[in-house]
Amino acid sequence: MTALPLRPGHSGRPRQQRLREMSGRAGWGIVAWVVAIAFFLPVLWMVITAFKPESAAETWPPQFIFKPTLSEFRLVFSGMGPFLTHSVVATVGSTILVVLLSVPAAYALSVHPVKHWRDGLFFFISTKMLPIVAAIGPLYVIALHLHLLDSIWLLIILYTAMNLPLAIWMIRSFMLEVPRELLEAARLDGAGRIREITGVILPIISPGLVSTALICVIFAWNELFLALNLTVTNAATMPMYLISSVPQEGLYIAHLSAAATIASVPVILVGWIAQRSLVRGLSMGAIK
Amino acid sequence: MAVLETGAVPAPTVAIRPRGASRREGWQRRLPLLPALIYIVVVTQIPFLVTLWYSFQSYFFDVPAPAHFIGFSNYTTVFTNAAFRGSLVRSVVMTATSVIVAMLLGIAFALLLDRKFLGRGVVRTLIITPFLVMPAAAALVWAGPMLDPNFGLLNYLLEPFGVHHVAWLSTHALGSVIAVMIWQWTPFMTLIVLAGLQGQPSDTLEAAKVDGAGALATFRELTLPHLRPYIELGILLGSIYLVNAFDAVRLMTNGGPGTATTNLPFYLYQQVNFAFDVGGAAAAGVVTVILTIIVATFALRMFARVFQFEEASG
Repeated sequence: MTALPLRPGHSGRPRQQRLREMSGRAGWGIVAWVVAIAFFLPVLWMVITAFKPESAAETWPPQFIFKPTLSEFRLVFSGMGPFLTHSVVATVGSTILVVLLSVPAAYALSVHPVKHWRDGLFFFISTKMLPIVAAIGPLYVIALHLHLLDSIWLLIILYTAMNLPLAIWMIRSFMLEVPRELLEAARLDGAGRIREITGVILPIISPGLVSTALICVIFAWNELFLALNLTVTNAATMPMYLISSVPQEGLYIAHLSAAATIASVPVILVGWIAQRSLVRGLSMGAIK
Repeated sequence: MAVLETGAVPAPTVAIRPRGASRREGWQRRLPLLPALIYIVVVTQIPFLVTLWYSFQSYFFDVPAPAHFIGFSNYTTVFTNAAFRGSLVRSVVMTATSVIVAMLLGIAFALLLDRKFLGRGVVRTLIITPFLVMPAAAALVWAGPMLDPNFGLLNYLLEPFGVHHVAWLSTHALGSVIAVMIWQWTPFMTLIVLAGLQGQPSDTLEAAKVDGAGALATFRELTLPHLRPYIELGILLGSIYLVNAFDAVRLMTNGGPGTATTNLPFYLYQQVNFAFDVGGAAAAGVVTVILTIIVATFALRMFARVFQFEEASG
């Protein structure tokens, strides 16, 4: 610890080397931009096509200059009503249920852990690994007997189970970060467990709770397999509206693009806003 | 017990609990866990028990006869069925290829994003977007506006390179479906690897630089070992989701041409929805679950290693 720490890139370097470093940096920046635009291109093309009149969407060569129109969006808005409602109800309903169930569970696996908290955690995550597709036939039969087929309740129930393990893991990771001293202080003040949760833990982890809810919203909103197998009309969701926008014959590309844009935009915006917490959510709390 | 009421001394943080109270304490701890635990057991385990039961029954939706016991004959069918085996192999190929390629691209993108350059935030935002697009929308947009042989954008962009009106979904079906899965999951891998890169202590990197280590050597000797748990986590989580991939298969190729893109989820979907064979699908499902459990056992062990558990106390 006798030598002064030399900071590379500082004034000691010859000018030429610094210049080379800077241009190298700009070069990699350009590469990054090119990659990003290429990667984003399909999304951009979807949005562009959505503004085309149907006749301009299926031409060779593809048209880049055209008179934009909102007519396809209007068509989508007039047709998607029930699908949108079902999607919103299933997404919001299941997310509320997930939060209500996962907060106490995460508490019991972190702050005042049960004896076998490790086994509990792994049991929850192991249910994510069981492929739900394997049980789709019996699930259909069960739903039929419970008169839940084609009902929005069925989707709420299943989406809750789908997101619950993820939410428990995530919320647990936030709860572990609540300073011990605050919990001790609350206990000394005579706070019971419920007061401890509502008065101390929840206010601290509320940003984490929001990002957990957002992740659940994304997965529930995008889900297709269960909806397609277990609903027909009374609970059909937005992904199914997309499918219905592809007709057997006739031009449909602009219409499809408008529908796909509208179906995707809510989640894209949510994801853009919640970029920072996205990583943590997707890694189920493993990455801070 | 005698220490409890000493007055002057602050109460010890870890109280010595009498036996009766510790049992009550145990239940107080367990109680908040029960609703979620019961919920997940009922909703996720019962369907699998019913699947097990139906796998020994003959039961067709389109036949009025009630379900009846037929022993292992559904299983004999599954094991002698080339369609099931084929879909199993395709599932493995699809999952492995898409996860590995997405991870390699993810590492490359993360290395790019870890540098400072103009508009880094925008680039990052653009790169994560494919992951946020609804998978059904992504599949349909790729199948139509992007890959259509007659008016698709890709053929237009590739025309200068001598590509003329390729019908991607008929001639390169499996590759196209996998490519879309890679497109959607690369951002996920990028984000996880990027988090790893940004958590790398900068002083060791600078020390390596001072010691004259080249960029490649630094990456191999320092960065890659540091990234390992992040890469494992990304592969693990990506596999969990991608092994269930259904949307792209159903909406881009409908499992075809022929069975070229029929993976397990799509095969099971067909068995139930078009063959109405609940018993056969259940037996195939049970076999799938058993295979999954074998893989998941390793996966869970990896999970335990990757998540360095902060010891809970209380």
